[in-house]
Amino acid sequence: MAKFKMHLLVCSGTGCHASESELLLQNLKTIINDKGLDTEVQVIGTGCFGFCEKGPIVKVMPDNTFYTQVTPNDAREIIEEHVIKGRKVNRLLYVNPETQEHISDSKHMGFYKKQLRIALRNCGFIDPENIDEYIARDGYEALAKCLTEMTPEQVIEIMKKSGLRGRGGGGFPAGLKWEITSKSVSDEKYVVCNADEGDPGAFMDRSILEGDPHSVIEAMAICGYCIGATNGLVYIRAEYPLAIDRLKIAIDQAREYGLLGKGLLGTGFDFDIELRYGAGAFVCGEETALIHSMEGKRGEPTMKPPFPSVSGYYEKPTNVNNVETFANVPVIINKGAEWFASIGTEKSKGTKVFALAGKINNVGLIEVPMGTTLREVIFEIGGGIKDGKKFKAVQTGGPSGGCLTEKHLDTPIDYDNLVASGSMMGSGGMIVMDEDDCMVSMAKFYLEFTVEESCGKCSPCRIGNKRLHEILDKLTKGNGTLEDIDRLKNLSYVIKDTALCGLGQTSPNPVLSTIDNFYDEYIEHVTDKKCRAGQCKALMQYVIIAENCVGCTACARNCPVNSITGERKGVHVINQAVCIKCGACLEKCKFNAVVIK
Amino acid sequence: MTQVKSLADLRKIKDDLQGKMGLREKSNSPESLVQIRVAMATCGIASGAKQVMEFFMEELDKRNIQAVVTQTGCMGYCFAEPTVEITLPGQAPVVYGYVDTAKADSIIEKYIKNGELVEGIIPVNYETIQK
Ligand SMILES: Cc1cc2nc3c(=O)[nH]c(=O)nc-3n(C[C@H](O)[C@H](O)[C@H](O)COP(=O)(O)O)c2cc1C
Ligand code: SF4
Ligand code: SF4
Ligand code: SF4
Ligand code: FES
Ligand code: FES
Repeated sequence: MAKFKMHLLVCSGTGCHASESELLLQNLKTIINDKGLDTEVQVIGTGCFGFCEKGPIVKVMPDNTFYTQVTPNDAREIIEEHVIKGRKVNRLLYVNPETQEHISDSKHMGFYKKQLRIALRNCGFIDPENIDEYIARDGYEALAKCLTEMTPEQVIEIMKKSGLRGRGGGGFPAGLKWEITSKSVSDEKYVVCNADEGDPGAFMDRSILEGDPHSVIEAMAICGYCIGATNGLVYIRAEYPLAIDRLKIAIDQAREYGLLGKGLLGTGFDFDIELRYGAGAFVCGEETALIHSMEGKRGEPTMKPPFPSVSGYYEKPTNVNNVETFANVPVIINKGAEWFASIGTEKSKGTKVFALAGKINNVGLIEVPMGTTLREVIFEIGGGIKDGKKFKAVQTGGPSGGCLTEKHLDTPIDYDNLVASGSMMGSGGMIVMDEDDCMVSMAKFYLEFTVEESCGKCSPCRIGNKRLHEILDKLTKGNGTLEDIDRLKNLSYVIKDTALCGLGQTSPNPVLSTIDNFYDEYIEHVTDKKCRAGQCKALMQYVIIAENCVGCTACARNCPVNSITGERKGVHVINQAVCIKCGACLEKCKFNAVVIK
Repeated sequence: MTQVKSLADLRKIKDDLQGKMGLREKSNSPESLVQIRVAMATCGIASGAKQVMEFFMEELDKRNIQAVVTQTGCMGYCFAEPTVEITLPGQAPVVYGYVDTAKADSIIEKYIKNGELVEGIIPVNYETIQK
């Protein structure tokens, strides 16, 4: 068979897709064919490399050259220079943001050095639309072993020993959940994959489904075998068209190979998977709401117990796990529980995928062993804070989580430490904030989200969050009182204690943790009417420093509301009553005379 | 498409794809393998670097040696083309000049398999070939 001397891996994830990676892939293929290199060079579309912000990505194997922001027009140069003459195209290489150095290959990129890829093992490495490539990386071997060499009890035992905990937010031990569902007696049971991914800014589940859909399919079948289910359902948001396509292709291929359907791998075990689409409501990620939504009812949560493991989809025992939880399963079976349990911290085993975002140099999708510190994530993998600014906080756990600050930088990240620090793991969103971010506004932003997403079924969440948002709004406008801060706290506790589902029970977390960590800033907003980050517009003023003003009139000419007066060559003054704080004067003044106070 | 009926069937698919996927697998951990870089700039190709590269790829595979063969641009030794840089795991790279298939064969047998140096080493300043 043909031996390829070189592979060109082109990212076909959602991020890169949006910037024409499909055309790039076509161009590369066409030029390779035209030059008669198709027996030597293989061009493959893969899943996400995690470096979407700098996409489209092209990785050249075997030298691991990592090209960023490649356009369809760059295809020719890559082939004529790199493929044919062995010369890397320098201008497309990743540039280290601190040293401005061009990095020759991914092995030398800080972004990848500290990562350990288990759930993302195949993302950016295989063609997700080709089941053979998945099989070549030990795919479906775990399923085959389970079905032919192990009893369900034995498999559950491995899962329990591995220490794998749910990656959807709660962190419930996966093996234990499987065991509970397996012991629930019923004529029918279900395996559900939660691919709702409602946390704003999170895209780990989408990337796994786009880059390695078979890993989830295989794991669901293994779960079905363990709990005694023959039906699997993937609840996926309709806004993920690419993930849906890849999943459908993968399911079809698995069926053709007899890896889904009747009598898998020639055994007597039947298992098949269907897709269910969600409309993208955050609360539908909560497992009981998700199940109701799949039943065609309103996507509202119900009280637990009963847990889905006992009574779920159409009152049948239902095992709900998150996409990333599933993606870990086949590797655990193949490499053993001991191997998995050797990675991570005492109570949090394995790795976690995070979506790094915000004021950080390397925005992207990363996977690190549990126990990695925030400092490593932000400063080594993330390449530090953008524009040399100062780190202020990182929000983990999205709208349900809290913020971690300077003092938490060296805390090993795992489920329990995050909770002890007043935040939570959540699904893995990590938003980094710098000195220009106002913590009161940040809390307000998340409350806005929760108010919008509350299903309205219970009053603490429906009314309480609205009140929290109102008070926060008052603070950011400079109308808050010290009592308001106490009120925020008290109301937060009440909501947490009385809300019906996880959404309401966790929605005050951003408020509580910012009050805890940035009490000074709250006070400043009230007593000094000041926002040190300069983000609360109502609290800042644009003023002209008389000594610096030369009277060039640039500001006055650009002010959209004519609030600046002054003679040519005379000192200018801003009328605060009229100023709308657009910032145009600050931008236009070449003499640093306009400042924010 | 045939149905997969057993672990053995899966392994067969896997083996069939080795030629296609092996290169990628190896690139994941090049530092633990023998790394071979063949200079493939204009002068290199003119003097037969392509054949040498193919020879390495095929023979290493046949002789069951785990290696990564890559091509590089001009190494700055036009006088001695084709040039080949060999890095054994954990060792400093060594550059050989005037490599033809016969020389390649002895490099594999002597240097790669046994660590014995073969004639024709070009003393290098490693900096110049970083790219
Ligand atoms: C408001 C809310 C939203 C949730 N959203 C998601 C989600 O998008 N994806 C997810 O996997 N789990 C989500 N969960 C957690 C699920 O209820 C459930 O615990 C999880 O899917 C179980 O899988 P795991 O044990 O593998 O994590 C959410 C929970 C709450 C309370
Ligand atoms: S806490 Fe909020 S989202 Fe949950 S049931 Fe109550 S109103 Fe609905
Ligand atoms: S642009 Fe600056 S220097 Fe010119 S008038 Fe305005 S404040 Fe004065
Ligand atoms: S901030 Fe905008 S509105 Fe206010 S004075 Fe400057 S230009 Fe005018
Ligand atoms: S989508 Fe291409 S790197 Fe993420
Ligand atoms: S072109 Fe080959 S060494 Fe210079």
